[in-house]
Order: sequence, then structure tokens, then C-alpha cells
Amino acid sequence: MNLKLRRFAVLPLVLTAAAFFVSTVNVAHAAWTPRKPVEFVIMAGPGGGADKMARLMQTVIEKHNFSPKPFIPVNKPGGSGAEALVHMKSKKKDNHIVMVTLNSFYTTPLRQPNLRVDPLTFKPIARMAEDTFILWVHKDAGITNIEQFVDAAKKAGSKWTMAGTGKGGEDELLTSFLNKTYGLKMKYVPFKGGGRVAKELAGKHANSTVNNPSEALGFYESGDVVPIVAFTKDRLPLFPDTPTMGEVGVPYSYFMQRSVVGTPGMTDDAYEFYKGVFEKVYNSEEWKAYMKKKSLLGDFLSGNGLVDYWKVNNETHRKMLKEIGEI
Amino acid sequence: MEIIQLLLDGFLVALEPTNLFLVIIGCAVGLFIGAMPGLGSVNGVAILLPVTFIVPPTSAIIFLAAIYYGAMYGGAVSSIMLGIPGASTAVATTFDGRPLAVQGKADMALVAAAVASFAGGTISVILFTAFAPPLAHVALAFGSAEEFALMLLAFGTFIGLGGDDIPKTIFSILIGLVLSAVGLDVLSGQPRLIFGDIPGFFHGINFLVLAIGIYGIGEILWTIESSRGEVQVSQAVVTVRRIIDSLKQMGKSIKTVIMGSFVGYFVGLLPAAGATPGSIMAYGFAKTMSKDPDSYGKGNVDGVAAPESANNAASTGSMLPMLTLGIPGSPTTAILLGGMVIWGLEPGPRLFVDQTEFVWGLIASLYVANFFSVVLNVAFIPLFIWVLKLPFTILAPVIFVLCVVGGYAPTQDMHDVWLMLIFGVVGYLMRKLDYPMAPMVLAIVLGPLAESSLRQALLQSEGSLMVFIERPISGPIMGVALLLFLLPVFKAIKAKLTNSKGEVNAASGG
Amino acid sequence: MRRAELIMAIVLAIFSAYLMWKSTELPIGWIPEEGPGGGAFPFWLSTGMLLSCLWIIWRWFRRVTPQSRSNLPYFDSQSATLIGLVAVALTAMIGSIHWIGVYGAIPFFFIFYMKFIGRHSWLQTSAFAIGAPVVTFFFFEIMLHITLPKGETEPLFYPLYDLFL
Repeated sequence: MNLKLRRFAVLPLVLTAAAFFVSTVNVAHAAWTPRKPVEFVIMAGPGGGADKMARLMQTVIEKHNFSPKPFIPVNKPGGSGAEALVHMKSKKKDNHIVMVTLNSFYTTPLRQPNLRVDPLTFKPIARMAEDTFILWVHKDAGITNIEQFVDAAKKAGSKWTMAGTGKGGEDELLTSFLNKTYGLKMKYVPFKGGGRVAKELAGKHANSTVNNPSEALGFYESGDVVPIVAFTKDRLPLFPDTPTMGEVGVPYSYFMQRSVVGTPGMTDDAYEFYKGVFEKVYNSEEWKAYMKKKSLLGDFLSGNGLVDYWKVNNETHRKMLKEIGEI
Repeated sequence: MEIIQLLLDGFLVALEPTNLFLVIIGCAVGLFIGAMPGLGSVNGVAILLPVTFIVPPTSAIIFLAAIYYGAMYGGAVSSIMLGIPGASTAVATTFDGRPLAVQGKADMALVAAAVASFAGGTISVILFTAFAPPLAHVALAFGSAEEFALMLLAFGTFIGLGGDDIPKTIFSILIGLVLSAVGLDVLSGQPRLIFGDIPGFFHGINFLVLAIGIYGIGEILWTIESSRGEVQVSQAVVTVRRIIDSLKQMGKSIKTVIMGSFVGYFVGLLPAAGATPGSIMAYGFAKTMSKDPDSYGKGNVDGVAAPESANNAASTGSMLPMLTLGIPGSPTTAILLGGMVIWGLEPGPRLFVDQTEFVWGLIASLYVANFFSVVLNVAFIPLFIWVLKLPFTILAPVIFVLCVVGGYAPTQDMHDVWLMLIFGVVGYLMRKLDYPMAPMVLAIVLGPLAESSLRQALLQSEGSLMVFIERPISGPIMGVALLLFLLPVFKAIKAKLTNSKGEVNAASGG
Repeated sequence: MRRAELIMAIVLAIFSAYLMWKSTELPIGWIPEEGPGGGAFPFWLSTGMLLSCLWIIWRWFRRVTPQSRSNLPYFDSQSATLIGLVAVALTAMIGSIHWIGVYGAIPFFFIFYMKFIGRHSWLQTSAFAIGAPVVTFFFFEIMLHITLPKGETEPLFYPLYDLFL
């Protein structure tokens, strides 16, 4: 009995020694590299824009061997990203976890202050792109420009429905912006996922949407839906005939960030590693082609540049949410 | 005729040596992934990714289709052998599959599942080939109101699946629906029923957590009690002769299989519905139409054939909204959608026109995968039976470990493992008192779809309930659903009128 | 059995009431021109749960169900011990995953279950206690790329990752 117990006591010692040995060996290397698979948290459900993009990033990383250990995607869509944010925050100093975010990065903590998450504390690894928004209607509505759209929506009053992704998110903010600017009473109906929203419009269950180009592209190509106006500064190369908000008299643009963040306590050498990986992804042929095809904009941003960008956007979203009475 | 030519071209691609090799590997891997509780074809993508670098996209798709179908079959294997549905599509398979296995007829159930799945796959591929492009418009016409009507229909078909105890059955359905409401309310964007502010509740209660808890842990506890922990060997036997006999017997189920395939295919076509309601409805219809409805749930081969033919047919059907509308009906199709992005393909109405080779190659490879899955599945039956024959004191800890790992894998959250344990123990205690469990599990699958479609439709109609009756598609579906709801009520009234004397006697006697 | 039936119904009734209360965090009424509020669905369904519990209790008083007539014990002492033992072992295994990880917890669970409940030989037991984590590791971590929790044992896996990933 005694002997057995002793053997059990020795076991952890041996294991710790082994672990110590292993961990000291790699100290010799100057640059930090992951020791185990990296948890790649996606702040949205499978099939959405963020998910597709994250999986593309993962593929590019694996294909070109940008990282010695694989990135493993984990979807955490719960509570409009609340679950993902709390999860990241609870990981504190973990260097083996990064997260793909969108604009719920700002809106969810603002709308749910009890989460006690401050998005600005996360490690600003990379902004990979900015997704754009376009106002769409069905071709059978016979609307081709913003004046006709405003007339029709005014006439319909609250019978005019706008389908969008989620409540209090990007799509609703844009809807309330249009309502305010043009004195409309459009009703916002939230759905799960941009693909579903595009289908609502194509099936004429909704009157208009503010889909990302990537979500409505299929129905645009088939001619079912018509772009009216783009919420960008310049015309999108993919939609050269669609005017921007500025051109129709209201200088306004709105973008969705596609960024990668680390835990608040991520060490600087780990940050350097991830920054390098995602910079390489950003400059890869695959990513460039994807950005072009999906009408994505935005340069690569990291570190202080990204934090400044966040600060501006966080305030914008605070203002916008206050205006629609969500906070 | 052009379509048939395209399909044949697709077959030629699928049967190239490299691709054929990938199909066989994919089916085998898929079979084992699917047979693990908690894992499904979604997890196949992890294997898929590295493959996409070494082979062309078409081969990658073929490999994915093979994993997809392999996992579909695997789901049935776990439903029948362990009584744990590996995926929501295989829930209905447990109802009769598990009793058959307990009676020592696991081989028969496995053969029935394989044959029915193959038939379902075949019928659906034919339907897909003939009607895919026109049906895309039907899918488009399906809005929230129609979706809600369809959900009611699905509820209507399983109203008869509960136990004899009416209040306990109602309780079971309701608690399933309430649990499905945990998490985020899509319509108001507010979190709700976050018990104790635990972040794990934000993602809601996953169907798999409840199913693995109740059917995995609960079922083993149940078996431990009934066997009193004695080393019990399942009486399963397997011979080639028995398998051939089972194959011959499948002739009797042909009507059920055809019905299941049609129901599955058309329900699968509808965006957001997917294969789960399809398989449940097929089971419900088969029971309603059967001459001997009481034998369902006690080990009727038709009860395995109906949902299995339906879920395979539906998985072909659900390719349609994914390809033409870009709406994933299931997590697997969501991953496939992601894969299409990586391969540079744009889902949408134009895909059938612009990428004919891809579309028909996919359909053909689904079919080839379907065929090989049957062959492999039948070939593996002796292995599965051997596992069942392990002493229970070995099998039980193995299943417990599978449950724990399987409960963790989908969300990678220990919270779900604890929840699973609680569901397992409480479910077992409730089951001892005759609370039926199946309605609860089905309700948690259908609940979120039903609630959000109801509220979206009402929001669009400014709160008018007429939207469900007025619209040309939802109206008739609502009518059928209401009839199904009223059917047991009529039956009960009739039974009460004839039996009321007997019950009074029994009550005074007790 | 008779007592268990009543206790279960009462416990479930209390749980239903708790769910009703919890649902009222969001509006439970009908919002004009919008339809039911966010709490309505769970609220009214839990009300239904409560009503069915009351119905079950009423049937218990009338002794309608077989359980409410049965005088058999809910658990006999033999199966109660066994089920209790298994449930505790399972809880202990899941609990220890937080600390020693899946690969630490699985062997102990197998040793406990196969040796002390099943009374299998040490050879068989150790085959499963060692084989199960190895198979799990290769199937989940290497093939499917699903990382399982490892708790304090995590650093031990670094060399394995270096070798296989």
C-alpha cells in the first residue's frame, strides 16, 4: 500500500519535470510561437459573413504554413456576441486564443453593460477589412433611385418592412438612420443571418434590405434585387452605377469592421506573432481576391492605429444606439 | 435531357480513381464520426481542409459529400445501437431502432436503416434532377408565415408520439419548448432566461446536450437499474443469412420508404427547415397511416425505415436552398457554403446556370457516396454487433466517456457537459415516473424555429393573425396541422364515451 | 412510488413557477402591431407547465395513474446504492476534468468503473484506462482538430502537438 502510494506521489513529479524541461527548451528561440493549437473564436454563427471570412483566413494560414500550429475555429454566436466577449475576457492572459469580430464588438457591450466588457481593452491584432452596406429593393418594386424609394416608403408608412440581421445591430442602425433622414416609418424585422435576409427580399416578404454586397450578390447577379444607394464614401468598383449617400445629398458612410483581436493580457511577443500571421494573410493572393469579389474595403490596421479606429467607432455607435433608444 | 447528360458527366467525374478513393475513405471516416454521439458531419470539415490543398475543388466536394453521407449513416448507427441520436436528424430513428436493438434485432434495424437511406437518397436524387430549378421558386415563396405553419404541422405529426399519460406528455412538450427559448431572443435582441447570469446560457441549450443527457446518461442509468449492474451480455447475433433475410423483409416497408422519401425531400427543400422536421414528420405520418400504430415505438422496422429514408432524402433536398438561395439549412450545409467561398463559388440563383459542372458533380457525388455508405455500413454491421456484445460494465463507462466528450465537442464549453449531466439524471428520475422524453427532445429542436417564425410573421403583418390563414401556401398547411391536432382529441372523446364505464370500475377497484 | 410521484410534480411545479418569474424579465404581453413580446413565449408555456403539474397532482389525489397507486419503493436500496455510486463517479469525473483534464479523468473513471463496479481483471481495466485516452487524443485532437480541456496537464501535451500537428 505504502509503496503504491509513493509511486503515485512520484508520478506528478516526473510529469512536472518533463513539462519544465519541454518549456525551457523553447525559451532559446527569440520569437514567440504557439505551443498548441490556437482557439479561433468567431463572434457569429456558422454560415454568416464573419464565419466564412474566418474560415477563409484559417485556410490561408494552413495552406501557406503561416503558423506552426493550426488555428481551430469555434463559433460563439450566443447573445449577439456576448458569449464570445465574456469568453475572451475570462481568458485574461491566454496567448493561444484570438477572436474575429464585427460591429457587435461595440454594440453588444454598450447594450448590455452588465457584461462589464470594455472592447477597447482587447489586444488590437489586425483589421482585415471593412465590409460595406448597400440599400436593396426587389426589382418588381420598380424603384431605381433614392427619390423613388423615399416616395414609396413614405406612402407605405409603417407597412414598409426592412429585413435585417439581428436586433440593435448594423442593419437596424442603418434603418433608423434612413428613417430619421427621410422622415420614414419603415418597420424593421430582424432575422438570423444575412443569407436569410437576402432571401426575404428576393421572395418579396420584405420591401427592402441593407445587406452587405457579399450577402446579396447571388440575387443581384440573377437580377432579382436592385441596389439603390451605397453607404460608402466612394462608389464601389463592383457596383459602378450605384451612387453613394454623399452623391444623393447626405454625406454619410457606415462600415462593418472585420478585425482580429487577442485577450486583454496577451503578451507583446505573442501579439507580434499574430500580427505577422494576419498581415501575411492580408497580403495573400486569396485574401486580395476575396476582398475584391465581395466588395470589401479597408487597409490593414494594427496596434495603436486600430485602437484609434475603435475609439472613433465606439463613440459613433454609442451615439447611434442612444438615438434609437437602445441604451 | 440536358440535365441527364450533365448528371452523367458528374458521375464520370465522381468515379475517377482518385475521387473514388476519396469517396471510400470519406464514407468510412464519416461513418465513425457520425456514430460518435455529439459529432456529426460538421466535424468532417476539419479533415476536409487540408485535403482541399492537395486535390482540386471538385474532389474536395466529393470528399465532403462522402463524409456527409457517411455521417448520416453513422448517426443512425448510434441511434440504433446506443439509443443516442448523434444528430437531430436521427432522433426519430431511436424511437424504434433502440427497442429493436434491445430485442436483439440490431442487425435488422441497421439493415433497414441502410436500405431505407439508400432508397431515400435515390428517390431524392431523381426528384432533384427533375425538379430542382422550378422548385427553387417554391422555396423562395416560403416566408415566415409558411415556416410557422410547417412547424405546426411537424408538431401535429408527433402529437401521437407521447405516452398515455396526457398531462405528463403536455408537460414534456412544454418544457422542451421553454428550454429552447433560453439564450438570445432574436426579435428583441435581448438575452433571456440566463439562469444565474452564467455566460454558458447565452448560446442557448443545444439540442445535443439534452439528447445526449437523456438518451446517453439517462438511458445507461436506466439499464444499470434494470440489469442491477450484473454483467449482462446483449443477445445480439449476426450471420450473413440474417442480413440477407432482413434485406428480403425490407420489401414490406417499401410503401413507408417511398412516403418517407417524398416527405423528407419536400420538407428538406424549404429553407431553414432541413432534415430534422422532415424525418420527424415522416415518422409521424408512417405511424398515423399504419394499420398497427401501437407497434411503433416498440420495435417496428417501419419506424426505422420512415425517418431514415426521409433524412437522407431531405439532405439532398436541403442542398437546393443552400445552392440557390445561399441559406444553410443545417450546420453542415453552412460549412459547405463556407467551402464554396474558399473555392470561389457564389451561391445564388445563377449557380445552376454558371456552375453546372459543380452542381451536378455535387449531386452525382452525393449519390455515389450514398451507394458506398450502404455497402460499408452493411459490411461493418458485424463490428457494431461485436461492440454491443461487450460486457455492460465495459460498455457503460465507454458510453459515459463518449457522452462527456461528445457533449463538450460542439460548443467546446464545460458548461454544456454539466448541463448534460443534470439533464441525464433528472431525465432518468422523470422517466421512472413515466414522463415521456421524446416530445421534450423534439420540442427543443423545433421550438426556436416555431417561435421566431411566428413573431417575424406577426411583425410583418402588423400583429394580424390573418396572415397565417390568408396566404395561399400557409393557409392549407395550417388546415392540415389543425386537423392533426384535433384527431387525438376526437379519438380520446370517442374512447372515453365507450370506455367510461370501465374506468370508473377500475378507479373504484384501485 | 406514490410519494415520489407527488414530490416530482411539486418540484416541477416550483420550477415552472420559477421559469414564469424569470420570463417576466422581458415583456410577456401582446405588443400592438408587433405581436407577442420577448418573454411571452416562455412565460405562457411555463404557465402551461404549471397547469399540467397541477393536473398531475390532481390525478395523484384521484389515484388515476399507476404510479399514484403503487406502493412499491421508488428505488430499492440495492439499485439506489448502485445508481448513486455511478452518478457520483460521473460527477467526480466531470469535476476533475477542470483540474486534471479529460486525459487525466478518463483513466481514473475507467479504473473505478471497470475494477470496482465491474470487477474486471487489472489487465482488461488497464487496457481500457490507457487505450481510451490514446484513441480519444488521436481521434479528436489530431484527426478532427477538436481541442479537449486539459486543465493542469496542458504543458504535457506540447511535445505531442509538436510531433503530430
